[in-house]
Formats: sequence, C-alpha cells, structure tokens
Amino acid sequence: MEHVRRRDTMTVRLTGELDHCSAQSVRRELDGLIADPGIKKLVLDMGGMSFMDSSGIGVILGRYRELHGRGGALYVKNMNSQVEKIFLLSGMDQIIQII
Amino acid sequence: MQVVNHMKLEFLSVPENEGFARVAVSAFAVQLDPTLDVLADIKTAVSEAVTNAIVHGYGPALGTVAVEAALRSDGVLQISVSDQGRGIPDIAQAMQPFFTTQPEKERSGMGFSVMQTFMDRVSVESVLGEGTTVRMEKRLREG
Repeated sequence: MEHVRRRDTMTVRLTGELDHCSAQSVRRELDGLIADPGIKKLVLDMGGMSFMDSSGIGVILGRYRELHGRGGALYVKNMNSQVEKIFLLSGMDQIIQII
Repeated sequence: MQVVNHMKLEFLSVPENEGFARVAVSAFAVQLDPTLDVLADIKTAVSEAVTNAIVHGYGPALGTVAVEAALRSDGVLQISVSDQGRGIPDIAQAMQPFFTTQPEKERSGMGFSVMQTFMDRVSVESVLGEGTTVRMEKRLREG
C-alpha cells in the first residue's frame, strides 16, 4: 500500500478492489499506517481502485471514527464513478470531504 | 417473456468467490452490450447479494451459493442469488438502510440499499433454517 506521511497527514493510495474479501487486510494495513496518534489527517487516494461495494463503506467509516475521535479528519480523492456512487449513496459525503 | 440465454454457477461460500461471481455475471451480461456504468451497477449488486449469502446466510459455516442469470427477450437481465443457510428472521428490517447484525465487524448495513439503488427490481424470499434467495432485474436494452 503506497503511502506518504507529511507532518500530521498520511496519504494512502488504495488499489484494486475493496470488497468483503479484501476489507480485513485493507483495514489492518490502514490501521497500521495511522497507529501513530500524531497523525490527524488521513487522505485516501482512490485513483487506483477499480471496484468498491458496501464493505468499503464500513472500512472508510471505521477509519473516520478513529481519526474523528482524536480530533482529526479523513479525506478521499480520485474516486471513479462506481466508487463515488457507493460513497454518495451511503451519505459519507456529509461527513467526509472529497478533495 | 422468453428467456434467450441462461447460466448457473455454484460455488463454496468463501469470500474469495465474491469477485468471481460478480465478474462472471458481468461477463454474461456483456452480450447485450450494456454501458460500463450499467455493468458496474450489476457487478456491485451481485457482490452485495453474494456477500450477504456468505456472511449472513452461512456465517462461519460453509455451504453452496448458487447464482443464476437469464437474459429475456425484452432486454432484461434477471439474476438470482441463493443460499441454503440460516435464513433472515425479518426481511423488512434487514432491508432497512444501515441495519446490520454485525456493527462490531464494521458491516455498513447498506447491502440491500445498494442492490435496490443499482438494480431496477429486487425481491427477497427467505425461510428460517432453509435459506434465502435474492432476485434482481436490470433492463439492459429496450425490448
């Protein structure tokens, strides 16, 4: 999982498919990358993601709760139309900023 | 309405087969030349239904998931996803947005909402202890 940290911001590039099958490993990797409490912002770059179903909603919301709990925020960018449709259907755009 | 083509898949209820099932149904639908957006809708809906069968139908147990797809002469794709698992105690409750029996596993409870949004028609039959069948329809071209 490609990632870059700049001060309190971790940017992670997600690739491939995010479904129930892959959710657990993606969740584990993301949690490892934001384990440092000094990280306040997580940017998920979805540009390499070809597919996401509602399992991805759970993964993103779980990380949002973690960051929100430490006074931080989560951002997403570069969603394709299929991923964005799921994102909007779930209402995540009400709490997670698309940049 | 006449069925002009039909296929059936059966596979073990392991998560690795979620991707297989959605790609297989999508490949079957390609023969009616749908747009990429429509194919993405079909893949997503199938993924949700198969995931429900694996996660909720069978849970930690293993069983067989059956996926059937049929193309009708009026340009409609019919899909059914069936398991012989535990069944759904309350279908109306299960279909409510954000309802989940597994919040601790970060399940979003959006599976049926996704199916209903991405497909033209969704219906569910379930008998406790016998299993569940989800039927979906999507128009791929005007008949």
